[in-house]
Amino acid sequence: MEQAKESKLIVSVSPHIGSGRTTRGIMLDVIIALLPALIAGSIIFGIRSLLVVAVSVASCLAGETLFNLITKRKHTIGDLSAVVTGLILGLNLPANIGIYPVVIGSLFAIIVIKCLFGGLGKNFANPAAAARVMMLLAFSNAMAGTGEIKAVDAVASPTPLAIMKGMAEGRLPKLTDMLLGLRGGAIGETCAIALLIGFAYLLIRKVITWHTTVVYVGCVFLLSWLIYRSPELALYQVLSGGLLIGAVFMATDYVTTPTTNLGKVVFGLGCAIMTVLIRKLGAYPEGVSFSILFMNLFTNYIDKLTRRKPLGEVKA
Amino acid sequence: MLKSFLDPLSGVHVPHRKNTAHLEAVRMPPPESVVIPTVMHIGAPAKPVVKAGDKVAVGQLIAEPGGFISAPIHASVSGTVKKVEDVVLSNGRQAPAIYIDSDGEMRPFEGLKKPEVDSLSALADAVRESGIVGLGGAGFPTSVKFAIKDVSKVEFIVINGAECEPYITSDTRTMLDFTDLIVSGVHRVSALTDPKAVYIGVEKNKPKAIKKLREMFKDDPKVIVKGLPPMYPQGGEKVLIYNTTGRIVPEGKLPLDVGVVILNVTTLANIERYITTGMPLVEKLITVDGSAVKEPKNVFVPIGTRLSDVFEFCGGFKAEPKKILYGGPMMGTAVPDLTVPVIKNTNAVLAFAEKDAGVPEETPCIRCGNCVNHCPMRLNPPAIAKAFNNKDGEALYRQRVNLCMECGACSFICPAHQPIVQRHKLAKIVLRDWQNAQKGGKA
Repeated sequence: MEQAKESKLIVSVSPHIGSGRTTRGIMLDVIIALLPALIAGSIIFGIRSLLVVAVSVASCLAGETLFNLITKRKHTIGDLSAVVTGLILGLNLPANIGIYPVVIGSLFAIIVIKCLFGGLGKNFANPAAAARVMMLLAFSNAMAGTGEIKAVDAVASPTPLAIMKGMAEGRLPKLTDMLLGLRGGAIGETCAIALLIGFAYLLIRKVITWHTTVVYVGCVFLLSWLIYRSPELALYQVLSGGLLIGAVFMATDYVTTPTTNLGKVVFGLGCAIMTVLIRKLGAYPEGVSFSILFMNLFTNYIDKLTRRKPLGEVKA
Repeated sequence: MLKSFLDPLSGVHVPHRKNTAHLEAVRMPPPESVVIPTVMHIGAPAKPVVKAGDKVAVGQLIAEPGGFISAPIHASVSGTVKKVEDVVLSNGRQAPAIYIDSDGEMRPFEGLKKPEVDSLSALADAVRESGIVGLGGAGFPTSVKFAIKDVSKVEFIVINGAECEPYITSDTRTMLDFTDLIVSGVHRVSALTDPKAVYIGVEKNKPKAIKKLREMFKDDPKVIVKGLPPMYPQGGEKVLIYNTTGRIVPEGKLPLDVGVVILNVTTLANIERYITTGMPLVEKLITVDGSAVKEPKNVFVPIGTRLSDVFEFCGGFKAEPKKILYGGPMMGTAVPDLTVPVIKNTNAVLAFAEKDAGVPEETPCIRCGNCVNHCPMRLNPPAIAKAFNNKDGEALYRQRVNLCMECGACSFICPAHQPIVQRHKLAKIVLRDWQNAQKGGKA
């Protein structure tokens, strides 16, 4: 009250303590959650998987750094979000893809989808999903491939989805092989067990809630059962393609999906319907990335429609 | 009640750090001088009735209420009034403060007498004369709560012993050390208002207080001591009312409009202390703690005691204090220096060393939704941020930023360290301006 004798005190607005969570910490958790899938992928499809993922991560980091340099912005790769994008994109690519498409896809994800929209937190579409879709269109042949399954004595086999759709000849792998990931597909999408370990880790660390993933996967199962009239085929649908990696890691992306729990349920349901429709009726065997991208467009509206009623709100 | 069970309010798990819970309340010797601001409550400043040179004794009126929503102020030490001078308060308001030099005797005022409390209006008068104000940040004069026109409207009394802020244990100590005041206070208020039930809400991290209160009220079926999950902000008025009675206080209304009278445990004990002794509110039991404090304590402090004197009584500092707070770390106010005094609604003063004083760097919002899903009032901070950045008063109204109680759960949980509470405070001003413009437009 009298003349301030000590003015070395920090005066800041409340609250004065925090939960200790940081964006970087969350991204690190997502990276840890992706590691089982990366390890499984490199065992199943061989060491080249690591090269593909490394190139994709490096390209994402380089792309973001370059963009920040050119536009004279603060460096942002320390938040690790570019690493997450690179990892998810890399795990969504076949192990035998050429290096050059990977670089193009990664730069597209980071620069076009993320940085140009204002950087972390501002993009409306999931960078990895958008880049995967772009690559499906631009590098159809390279993306349609699947790495040779090195883990067992088998030749490169077509993906189960292509077989189920009658687009390729072959027999469906055993269900246990589906769980272990011994089937054709992208590096990180095949091993269901690894992805579920990642999911459990994210839940335990409270990085994500169960809503989107459980509703998405559950509804794909139920709808597929309805369509194929066989719970076994429905299970194959769930374990095939990029559903699990998409439902665990891409449909739960904070930035591009709804914030309310009810909104997450709606989002998951929408993704499930789109995925099943594309798989059944579309020209492509797989529709997870398309579905997530499609639902990303509705995120804002879902958020508005699932607004929670404030406690004690009185309508004017 | 069923509703609150099926549709619980969210909140955050804050660290408890109730380091001082086991420390019985001690009384500090009077400081050499005190400085008592005339604004320690919401509403009109009190009007000083003393001047420099006047002799005063403990409990003597030194400033009278300046309006209906106001409160009288009493001398907290015996001695001589040094001066009455304007000061700028931590909230930016300027008002007179009364400086008293203590004679060290703590001589009680001879004119003190116990009030006769035989009716609800007499209780309201007594509370008004006692100078007691609420413990919420605003310091709402407690007497207004008892200005009840139709007593049959009172269905529930809720006694707030949640004490959900980290560090603070002064309510805990009141519940443990002055249980008899709470018991007689509950009986008194209950007899005058005849409610269906009295709820005493206490967070379950205070098992001793719960046990003691249950023991004391075991023959009283009307009184329910409710152990509540330690979920911040359990002690928020609307939160506690919902979690005990299941009632929702509509925006713009008071608890009484839904049949509830709610009082803090310490406020109740202070009322009872005044009624049984005639001594008005001249001292506060506060928790002194924090990483920079040498000997954390629960201390009875004369109102107007400078923080420097309080910390000195607690052994001084063991590390250089970098941040000093009135109140807890979730809603407390940081003060610029140690010359500011303990006031009526102070329940703790905390001093933090460097490691706990930093302000984390703000990073972009990643829409993680933690703030949305942890807001006890079910507000949507990202939507409020968008409306605020656009200076869109109408959107701020749609988002009901006016309902934000500034509890800080959102900022606490935010991984991007966004200043959400600060933004909401500013957004409320934008909303008010818009609402005033709307009214002006219609007239």
